[in-house]
Amino acid sequence: MGAIVEVHNLGMKYHSLNGEITALRDINLEVEEGEFVCIVGPSGCGKSTLLSIIAGLLKPTEGSVFIGGRPVTGPGNQVGYMLQKDYLFEWRTIYENVILGLEITRTLNSHTKEYVLKLLETYGLSEFRDKYPNQLSGGMRQRAALIRTLAVNPQILLLDEAFSALDYQTRLAVEEDIHSIIKQENKTAIMVTHDISESISMADRVVVLTKRPGTIKKIYSIRLTCDRKTPMSCREAPEFRHYFNNIWKDLDIHV
Amino acid sequence: MNSKGISKEHMEYLKKVRMRKTLILVLRLFLLVAVFALWELLARLKLIDPFITSQPSRIAETIARLYREGKLFYHTGITCLETVIGFMLGTTAGTLIAVILWWSELLSKVLEPYLVVLNSLPKIALGPIFIVWIGAGPASIIAIALTISLIVTILEVLNGFVSVDGDKIKLVRTFGANRLQVLTKVVLPSSYPVIINALKVNVGLSWVGVIVGEFLVSKAGLGYLIVYGGQVFQLDLVMTSVLILLIAAALMYQGVVYIEKILVKSGKHSAH
Repeated sequence: MGAIVEVHNLGMKYHSLNGEITALRDINLEVEEGEFVCIVGPSGCGKSTLLSIIAGLLKPTEGSVFIGGRPVTGPGNQVGYMLQKDYLFEWRTIYENVILGLEITRTLNSHTKEYVLKLLETYGLSEFRDKYPNQLSGGMRQRAALIRTLAVNPQILLLDEAFSALDYQTRLAVEEDIHSIIKQENKTAIMVTHDISESISMADRVVVLTKRPGTIKKIYSIRLTCDRKTPMSCREAPEFRHYFNNIWKDLDIHV
Repeated sequence: MNSKGISKEHMEYLKKVRMRKTLILVLRLFLLVAVFALWELLARLKLIDPFITSQPSRIAETIARLYREGKLFYHTGITCLETVIGFMLGTTAGTLIAVILWWSELLSKVLEPYLVVLNSLPKIALGPIFIVWIGAGPASIIAIALTISLIVTILEVLNGFVSVDGDKIKLVRTFGANRLQVLTKVVLPSSYPVIINALKVNVGLSWVGVIVGEFLVSKAGLGYLIVYGGQVFQLDLVMTSVLILLIAAALMYQGVVYIEKILVKSGKHSAH
């Protein structure tokens, strides 16, 4: 298994009338297939920018990104993106929402339809397929959003603070949920978060970025001694605190 | 809630709500009847001059006369048709132009000050120009009705388009959506409520445009009857036309509300 995502010497500058802002500088990162990588960093360090560049939504000023050996030139269906909120369209049913990506990429056929129906079935949304988003709970909506992302069968998933809009209890449950689905579907995932606990409990590796301009400060390989590798049980592991304290120090947050 | 298993208190409560609704309805009807009865009574007692104020019985006579002469549905129909065409064209053209301006930010920036200035211009002032250009007929009247709703529709709908949540657009862009797909999958359906709202406002505006147009053209329609009745001092005709206008406008507004309901049902739009 080689690296599925390669980021080479990436740099990003934003221009505005007030001047030029360097958001990212010299980012080098490789993500293995099936790996779950979290990116944490102080707010405004360019975490989300990095994700947008990997997704092909933004063009970097320097460097390049390769997915599966091919350079990223624009958004395409090799990448699935999950945003802070589920953004299910309230005028579409759950089924119509999850096939949105297939409609846009014009790949809606009997084969992909079957795949979507199987995903809905597997993750307990079958009976809600003709319901509208406002009839679903927050957790179910987030799950529907994930299925919408998985429907186009992306090689990697990008999660942009995907749980930050949920309340704490729901969030813990949804983290557990999404983590298990991603592992079950054997997807590679890169998640941006500002929640240190979330990153340690979900990720195989945690990448810590510095303040603007964002550079990689440290990369932690998370090894926790817990029976089942689920985010909830990971929080119980004795090493959890140790990682937490180290990352906290790295982030160097002063109020 | 089922009919069974309702507590006594809840039944009381439901009854109270129903009673209140009935009361409001009765009072509304009473108010209507009272105004007309008072009007008729004062005219009969010669406390007001029916030559100037007209009176309900005379209005009824006028309606009957217009009906016998075949003028009732002719004039009402023409006015309604002009209004419907006016606000449909205004809303459609306004939405289309808003789409074009959304598509090209440069064009929208260039035209912005002109739209703002045109919006503040009382469009009725253009009436005589249309009559000279298009001719004194229904086409000019529709043109006036259309211009009245056009600019405000463009501004409203465009405003709706640009206030669509950027992250919703980002979502479809991650799937590789092009600009047309962003428009059809996100921007238009999100702006559905705005467009329906524009439709509602435009009904009212189009009535203004059509009546003023008929004042100017003076050939047919309720506006023509009003202006004609005023000139020959036939207040019965004026009051009758105004009353018919009132009913027609109310019915048309209800029609739009009904269409909205159907659209909302099929599109499942919750207010947001």
